[in-house]
Amino acid sequence: MISENSEVILSVRNLTANVEDTPILKGLNLEIKAGEIHAIMGPNGSGKSTFSKILAGHPAYEVTGGEVIFRGQNLLEMEPDDRAKSGVFLAFQYPLEIPGVSNVDFLRVSYNAKRKHNGLEELDAFDFDDLVQSKLELLKMDAAFLSRSVNEGFSGGEKKRNEILQMALLEPKLGILDEIDSGLDIDALKIVANGVNALKSSDNATLMITHYQRLLDYIIPDFVHVMEGGRILTTGGKELALELEARGYDWVREEEVAAR
Amino acid sequence: MTIEVSTLSDTADLNLKARVDRSIYLSELLNLRSPTPLEWLNAVRDRATAIVQEQAIPTTRDEEWRFTNLSSLLQVSFQRAEAATIGYAEIQPFLLPETTNSRLVFVNGFYAADLSAVDDLPEGVLAGNLIGIAEFIPALADYLAMQPGAEEVFTALNTASLTDAAIVHIPKNQIVEAPIQILYVTIASETPKLNQPRCLTISEVGSQVTLIEDHVTFGEGVYFTNPVTEIWVAENAGVRHTRVQRDSEMAFHIGKTAVSQARNSRYTCTAVSLGAEMSRHNLEIYQTGEQTETTLNGLTVLNHQQIGDTHSKIAFSKPHGKSNQVNKCIVSDRAHAIFNGKILVPKPAQLTDAAQLSRNLLLSAKARIDTKPQLEITADNVKCAHGATVSQLEDDEVFYLQSRGLKQSEAQKLLTYAFAIDIINQIPISSLCTILANLIRTQSL
Ligand SMILES: Nc1ncnc2c1ncn2[C@@H]1O[C@H](COP(=O)(O)OP(=O)(O)OP(=O)(O)O)[C@@H](O)[C@H]1O
Ligand SMILES: [Mg+2]
Repeated sequence: MISENSEVILSVRNLTANVEDTPILKGLNLEIKAGEIHAIMGPNGSGKSTFSKILAGHPAYEVTGGEVIFRGQNLLEMEPDDRAKSGVFLAFQYPLEIPGVSNVDFLRVSYNAKRKHNGLEELDAFDFDDLVQSKLELLKMDAAFLSRSVNEGFSGGEKKRNEILQMALLEPKLGILDEIDSGLDIDALKIVANGVNALKSSDNATLMITHYQRLLDYIIPDFVHVMEGGRILTTGGKELALELEARGYDWVREEEVAAR
Repeated sequence: MTIEVSTLSDTADLNLKARVDRSIYLSELLNLRSPTPLEWLNAVRDRATAIVQEQAIPTTRDEEWRFTNLSSLLQVSFQRAEAATIGYAEIQPFLLPETTNSRLVFVNGFYAADLSAVDDLPEGVLAGNLIGIAEFIPALADYLAMQPGAEEVFTALNTASLTDAAIVHIPKNQIVEAPIQILYVTIASETPKLNQPRCLTISEVGSQVTLIEDHVTFGEGVYFTNPVTEIWVAENAGVRHTRVQRDSEMAFHIGKTAVSQARNSRYTCTAVSLGAEMSRHNLEIYQTGEQTETTLNGLTVLNHQQIGDTHSKIAFSKPHGKSNQVNKCIVSDRAHAIFNGKILVPKPAQLTDAAQLSRNLLLSAKARIDTKPQLEITADNVKCAHGATVSQLEDDEVFYLQSRGLKQSEAQKLLTYAFAIDIINQIPISSLCTILANLIRTQSL
């Protein structure tokens, strides 16, 4: 939902970044306001996941220029956990398995970290169970997932659902979903999309990274960006995704070159 | 700066002097023993004394002590530990709800009758101090100090000093439901003391028992504890053994667990070492019959300047023996963990199935791990799998947790805990699992 006067959640200007001295992001610009849903599409290796991890603060990437302002704060100066507690959430393209840590403990620890940050009292195991139960229903997840180790032995689709479960608990201001649809069958996709839509409000925003128009039928974006070579080549509305699906990326490149 | 060049003969002299020093030091330790009122026990002590008198404190030139330098022990002059009284309230935190009426407590190596309680044990099961119980144990002399390896210097020192000892005897076909806890409390003080706890457990044919040994400390100060535990698992018997070493970080702990397993028996040891400035656990299993099963789980967690050494040995001797061993070490700061896992499979032990896995987590660049499988196999038809890994915390895993709001240090702690927890979970006493899990979860890295 686009509304001119709403708060700017994320403002990225001329962002450049390296991994092991190789430039990956090469001048990326993006502005996201409250209430908006953005989608980034683009060929493999164009830097989409790199961008999402830089927003979350992954130490492997070195920002070499530009700025990222998140709700008025310089995001790049914040530790990853402070970013999370301030409302940045990244649903990973490849969620990690943490054998030995039960899902419910992990969820409670992260939920309480955020509450503490907000000056609220931590929830005990009892109250937390009630809360998590309601979120499980949203994602049609079995309670058995709570007692298992984080993501260990989860199917691809279960891992993605677990990411959205975490998001549902943490209620971020900016949810970044990196290929949340990859590997999901249509039923799971609908459940995940419903979950994401249910979390949507006029004071938060969502940034989705995807290769497939299919996801955008369920989570309808206000803006679609095409990324290639570490930059946003072009931006359009939801119809751009349909065009990309039909025509591929070559025409975007050609138009971009012609426009220069 | 001056450089001293020593000639060969000087070095030899030095070595000789070092050896003399180390044997004098050992005899001083021997002199700390208290007398025993048991006439017959003196014969056992004398045999061991003769063995000790021929030896010295090992140096790093001894293959078995290559990585663990005892020089810092030699800097300390120890006094005799004495029986001491402590209140029930003080040991309360170490008592387990599962063992309220099935526990033996030893303070500084001496039996504390007032703190011990064995009312939950079935009739026929004997658990108590050597003095007072010895005459009721059939053929005690065949068991006490009779395990192979009794001549090892620290084991012999313990035997030579034997007075009080925890004795557990499970009669034939007796299944003991209540786990038996043996709590070794050391009261540390300004004066460094030597204490030498001793345990003998005999599990007769077809019996089953769960045993917990827990080494804990009160007070501040250096001490040296030299415990020896002997376990006899008779034919078709089963012993589940948990050994927890949470001595203070100023302690020296050199411990021995020697286990003999007869045909068709099962023995499981879960050993958790957290404490001591310098600790060593010699864990020796002797399978004496066919189709015998041994399971060893080990966890050592060290920080600061701690040194923790586990030397295990599984000696097969008959066909169809089985062993499964997983040893984990977690080291941070400048700590140093050592694991040496010996597996002996002689010719008659055909169709042995032995698996050993050593997994290690290095949390700092200055920490150190030495891990060594030592397989000596002469039987030709056996299955022996072994592996060793040394890893660090994965940046991606730490980042994943950070991205969910955990501070970097919290993320590292949680991942460390996750690495350790499967060993803790092998302990069949849930209250102890919780205590140890919390200790590891909150331990500063
Ligand atoms: N940690 C890393 N080390 C080395 N190279 C990396 C690392 N992370 C990313 N890269 C490289 O950066 C480029 C961009 O990768 P990124 O994962 O951001 O692409 P993507 O757009 O998400 O691709 P996909 O659609 O396949 O997920 C690729 O060439 C990749 O190999
Ligand atoms: Mg990607």
